[in-house]
Amino acid sequence: MNKTVNQKAWFFVLPVMVLVAFNAIIPLMTVVNYSVQETFGANTFFWAGLRWFEEVLTSERFHASLGRQLFFTFTILAIEVPLGVAIALTMPRKGPWVSVCLVMMALPLLIPWNVVGAIWNIFALPDIGLLGRTLNGLGWDYNFTRHPNDAWFTVILMDVWHWTSLVVLLAYAGLVSIPDAYYQAAKIDGAKSWAIFRYIQLPKMKRVLTIAILLRFMDSFNIYTEPFVLTGGGPGNTTTLLSIDLVKIALGQFDLGPAAALSLIYFLIILLMSWIFYTVMTRNEDQ
Amino acid sequence: MRRLTWLAPTLYILFLMLPIYWLLNMSFKTTNEILGTFSLWPREFTLANYATIFTDPTWYMGYVNSIIYVTINTALSVCVALPAAYAFSRYRFIGDKHLFFWLLTNRMAPAAVFALPFFQLYSAIGLFDTHIAVALAHTLFNIPLAVWILEGFMSGVPKELDETAYVDGYSFPRFFIRIFIPTIAAGIGVAAFFCFMFSWVELLLAKTLTAVAAKPIAAIMTRTASTSGYELGLLAAAGSLTIIPGAIVIYFVRNHIAKGFALGRV
Repeated sequence: MNKTVNQKAWFFVLPVMVLVAFNAIIPLMTVVNYSVQETFGANTFFWAGLRWFEEVLTSERFHASLGRQLFFTFTILAIEVPLGVAIALTMPRKGPWVSVCLVMMALPLLIPWNVVGAIWNIFALPDIGLLGRTLNGLGWDYNFTRHPNDAWFTVILMDVWHWTSLVVLLAYAGLVSIPDAYYQAAKIDGAKSWAIFRYIQLPKMKRVLTIAILLRFMDSFNIYTEPFVLTGGGPGNTTTLLSIDLVKIALGQFDLGPAAALSLIYFLIILLMSWIFYTVMTRNEDQ
Repeated sequence: MRRLTWLAPTLYILFLMLPIYWLLNMSFKTTNEILGTFSLWPREFTLANYATIFTDPTWYMGYVNSIIYVTINTALSVCVALPAAYAFSRYRFIGDKHLFFWLLTNRMAPAAVFALPFFQLYSAIGLFDTHIAVALAHTLFNIPLAVWILEGFMSGVPKELDETAYVDGYSFPRFFIRIFIPTIAAGIGVAAFFCFMFSWVELLLAKTLTAVAAKPIAAIMTRTASTSGYELGLLAAAGSLTIIPGAIVIYFVRNHIAKGFALGRV
């Protein structure tokens, strides 16, 4: 759309600016402040320079939790995106079942995150949970509170349960926007269903899938509550993702300096991702 | 082949419903039955867990608190996002792209980073443990989202609508309220749905900013899990009840939900 230049538009965005700035800039400055100081309690602070940043960036603990975070994020993306697209393709496009499917699929998205953790905890308990009991009955010595692999399996399955629907709904929105004429033309050309997917459906879904992948990427990078409630980051540290580690340092040990430095590094990673996201999105818009 | 396409969505929905069924199943059992036996449905069907929640104010006030701050947050986010989204969709002004990007970065900021500074900020201004504090804190990610969704919907409305209204002698506020807002009503519904959703499901900030008076239901559940032993039935009943508001809201926006999740940008 061709937009007119109008500097008065700033008045329209002013309320948003003020509210978000209040919530974003003041806390961020607090974090910056802590990240360069050392404290021995009683509100006395000493200048610490970039020491905390060095400490965090070179610590094995940070490398380990970042590694786990990346593993988690890429695994869930590799499962949720193809699965979501496949389900969107097989969903009905018309009729009374559409609403039923959409409402049922959206349901996990509206459950509070700690309840999601609690649901999966109850569901996966090896002695009284349906999943745990079934897996043990099948001869798998399953116990997510004790075996690291089982903990990972459960955390990933929980995320697939929780968020695949987002990919489904986005992909579905892309699919229903394709006019019938495209399919009729493909039929006349005698296109096979794979060709229809490859040359009609996939290009039409490109835009919504970009949104889906990037939203999932960023939200999974920020994940905290669900794995915390389910496994508490355990057994040991095996499922301690970046946010869980950060909260442990900040609110558990009250190590303000390292926590603040870690926060800023974390934030910069996310900022970089957002920038890539934004560039990709706006480039698509220009086309 | 054609006849088998219903299979994949059905299996998927079954997979989604199983854990929820298990939660409901647990909520109708007594603690003894949960810990003592393994059964696919409640043998000694009981409503005692629900009765506890509806009669104990520390439980049901949790729901009231959550609904209060979620409502304040949704109303606030949508109201301030409307003019901003209009500005982004219609005008070009200095710093518009940077501002939009900056807003988006806040949607993507990890809540864990903000937990401690938020606690200090809201304590300092005397809003700690109020509904307003949580509602304001949640605008951090909901306003950017609302602006983003509304901008998508508004950009789908041709500019000729605005121009025709001015030719017909409408002033800007009158045009905006009488013509433009009804035109994008679906978009407003979707934006409100998302604000509701993200404020309802968020716990880390809501828990950090409250102690007693405004404590959300989700935080009360974590307390119960740790202090009063292992009352799984009660926990399951409380969890089941948190699903209901979401289900109601989805039902109302079901016809717009697909487009809404695409943030109006299909």
